[in-house]
Amino acid sequence: MTRWTRICALTDIPSLGSRVVESTGEERIAVFRSSADQVFALRDRCPHKAGPLSQGIVHGTTVTCPLHGWKIRFEDGQVVAPDVGCAKPYPVKVEGGDVFLQI
Amino acid sequence: MRKLKLVMVGNGMAGVRTLEELRKIAPDMYDITVFGAEPHPNYNRILLSPVLAGEMTIQDIILNDLQWYADNGITLHLGARVTEIDRRNRSVIATDRKGGTITVDYDRLLMATGSTPFMPPFPGRDLPGVISYRDIKDTDEMIAAAATYPHAVVIGAGLLGLEAANGLALRGMKVTVVHNSEWIMERQLDRTAGKMLQAELEKKGMRFRMNAQTAELVAGASGRVAAVKFKDGESIPADLVCVAAGIRPNVELAEKAGIHCNRGIVVNDTLQTYDPRIYAVGECANHRGTAYGLVAPLFEQAKVCANHLAEMGISRYQGSVTSTKLKVTGIDVFSAGDFSGSDGAEDIVLHDPGLGIYKRIVLKDDKLVGAVLYGDTKDGAWYFQLLKDEQDISDIRDHLVFGNAHLGDVGHKGGNVAASMPDSAEICGCNGVCKGTIVKAIQEHGLFSLEDVRRHTKASSSCGSCTGLVEQILASTVGGAYQPADSNNRAVCGCTDLSHGEVRKAIREHKLLSVADAQRHLGWRTPNGCATCRPALNYYCLSTWPHEATDDPQSRFINERAHANIQKDGSYSVVPRMWGGLTTPAELRAIADAAEKYKVPTVKVTGGQRIDLLGVKKEDLPGIWSDLAKAGMVSGHAYGKSLRTVKTCVGAEHCRFGTQRAMELGVKLEKMLYGMWSPHKVKLAVSGCPRNCAEAGIKDVGVIGVDSGYEIYIGGNGGIKTEVAQFFAKAKDDDEVMAYSGAFIQLYREEGFYLERTCHYLERVGMEHVRQRVLEDADSRRALHERLLFALQDYTDPWAEICEDPSGGPRKREFETIKVQEREI
Repeated sequence: MTRWTRICALTDIPSLGSRVVESTGEERIAVFRSSADQVFALRDRCPHKAGPLSQGIVHGTTVTCPLHGWKIRFEDGQVVAPDVGCAKPYPVKVEGGDVFLQI
Repeated sequence: MRKLKLVMVGNGMAGVRTLEELRKIAPDMYDITVFGAEPHPNYNRILLSPVLAGEMTIQDIILNDLQWYADNGITLHLGARVTEIDRRNRSVIATDRKGGTITVDYDRLLMATGSTPFMPPFPGRDLPGVISYRDIKDTDEMIAAAATYPHAVVIGAGLLGLEAANGLALRGMKVTVVHNSEWIMERQLDRTAGKMLQAELEKKGMRFRMNAQTAELVAGASGRVAAVKFKDGESIPADLVCVAAGIRPNVELAEKAGIHCNRGIVVNDTLQTYDPRIYAVGECANHRGTAYGLVAPLFEQAKVCANHLAEMGISRYQGSVTSTKLKVTGIDVFSAGDFSGSDGAEDIVLHDPGLGIYKRIVLKDDKLVGAVLYGDTKDGAWYFQLLKDEQDISDIRDHLVFGNAHLGDVGHKGGNVAASMPDSAEICGCNGVCKGTIVKAIQEHGLFSLEDVRRHTKASSSCGSCTGLVEQILASTVGGAYQPADSNNRAVCGCTDLSHGEVRKAIREHKLLSVADAQRHLGWRTPNGCATCRPALNYYCLSTWPHEATDDPQSRFINERAHANIQKDGSYSVVPRMWGGLTTPAELRAIADAAEKYKVPTVKVTGGQRIDLLGVKKEDLPGIWSDLAKAGMVSGHAYGKSLRTVKTCVGAEHCRFGTQRAMELGVKLEKMLYGMWSPHKVKLAVSGCPRNCAEAGIKDVGVIGVDSGYEIYIGGNGGIKTEVAQFFAKAKDDDEVMAYSGAFIQLYREEGFYLERTCHYLERVGMEHVRQRVLEDADSRRALHERLLFALQDYTDPWAEICEDPSGGPRKREFETIKVQEREI
């Protein structure tokens, strides 16, 4: 069963930064915050060589993987062309200044 | 908002390139209609020669297929000829293939009508079998003629004429080239190179008639052309006459519409004609008196024109320097710039008739202004770069003519070997990309630039040492369409058109104090830049305005945010600083304890004389730092674009050969530079005597002790391309070493481009500039040194800063993961 779980306050995630969520039975999940305070969640694993996306530089609604510079879009987890691949996106929302993740 | 209507007349490379650029930056601004007189979509006209020579097919050279026009919502009228521009009503009137009339309104009109071959007015020019060499139709006709007839005559021995002659000869025809000057390709080659080329082509079976004036083309019994008759009365048989006597810009349509033309449609620096709603690009346009016929400048025009059409208005076209390469397999000819021998120009010539090699480079005011290469053109791109960058070559003048190739290793700017490599040859060792993959990507995606190839194949995108090879593959695959980028003025990234130099200047002049400020002020196209520009902007703000600019951790690469080096599995490596490579039993004990406590899997001695703890989890970083800090250790910055190490030998302190106290000076230098951010990493070394055990010859700053003091070397590099440091200055004591090297490093910090090592910085600005600012001008040296010390004062160790944050503050929290319990319902 999936359910919404509060993970942290919005302010716990730096603007244009990320935090890592670890839960039992799931892969590590990276939660990102854009400069417009939108929040997105992706499996913390680049489809290229499994780099930790949470450690990349965030720009717009895209993160650049720290290992080899692949770019992954937040909205759908798709890799920016010409590279091909996908990091699993997770539903995430902000309510009353708190961030909730569906896992 | 209503979409504006853009109509383009012409469907060639320059015009379509403009549309491509426009779609990139303003995809929804215009409804676009294109009129093309030829029945084909946009193709690479430059590659018609390989098609004629049978090395490629028409399909290989299509750049944008019909699907591309459909995908981009462009209305395409093929085989339609525009007959009139009605400027008053802002519409164009065209006749389609069936004779019907099409009228389309425009808000902006783009003239990309190209050029037509010039047909000299001799009698017989309209006979069957007399053609020019311009498009697919001409090429088809030549291929057909070569299958039936034996004799071909090519009139005009320019680039195009010779390529046509070569193609026809390869298809089995007996070809005579007729030319009205003393030597062939007289606009691109000097006499010697022209004669060498002619001899080589004669060996391939071509015949030449020089200084020949064509009187008329004579018809045979069938009514088809049969002979060429010269003014001296002689005549030679000709079943096919290909006239390649130059091109003329297509201006009739523009002239008829009353747009000012003078050997081309006259345009300004934003590619606008005298009617500002009407633009012109490509071979039809005359910019500052020149109508360009080569593709590279046309692509530059396309970019500027698109920028202006998108109403961004921040770029200007200011003319191009061009280079030429002949596309005849097996013959290497290259020329660039001016070699006509103007006042004050000097020639350096290397000529070996036995090997068939001729190189002539022309210098003026210590700069390269022209080059002609025959037989060995592998350094063409390098010379061209020097020419475009207007680099001072006085330092390398003595070996300039031998080229850059002898400096290369691992293919770096290496020999012109790419063309002869098999498809399976590995080009990029970092990303495992072979030649075949690169060639395929270039052909399938229609790539023209190094950046494009990097994006699509990853070749040369990591360490960059194979850049030269990739450039060669590009050049041999797309022909003259490839032009090496202007290294000094290249845009920082896709978020802006500004170069590193322009960005640095603006940050200084307008006192921009943060990444966001700079992006706003400089009109960045993206909301928060990208992973390429943000770290550069952050560094430029911090280095220009120390203690005033705001550091943005999110604009730093993860290593500089986590103060440790990320590894392939996402763990980190920790390197405590060991000043001058010195340590103590107590420090070693603390390192050993920390390694055991945090279960560090690998402990390694680094090349910079310190100890690396590899495989630390991010969550453990603050803990391990805090343990190391208790033993008095600080961050080694082994992860940053910053001061790395000062490597030392044991020096006069212990060594029986030592002349100077190397360890002591090394520690002093490292303490002076501690906490310094720089364009790229900076490494130093101090050796106590000329035996140089600290390997000072491959460091950014290398100091070697001699009996009378020290010698300082700068710009060395032990990395991708091993570069030996150059002698910079002699210093009499430690203080002088600190003053000279500090001033040099500060100059590099203020002028270097982000990710430019000192060796590349030196190559760009020249040793003379650094000598002038640091050695000759004592005031300048003092000021530089003082600015360095000011920037570095009050630096706190980043480990301590994060660990000692009493609130367990946000910086420290970022190292922690959020643990969530999954609950069953």
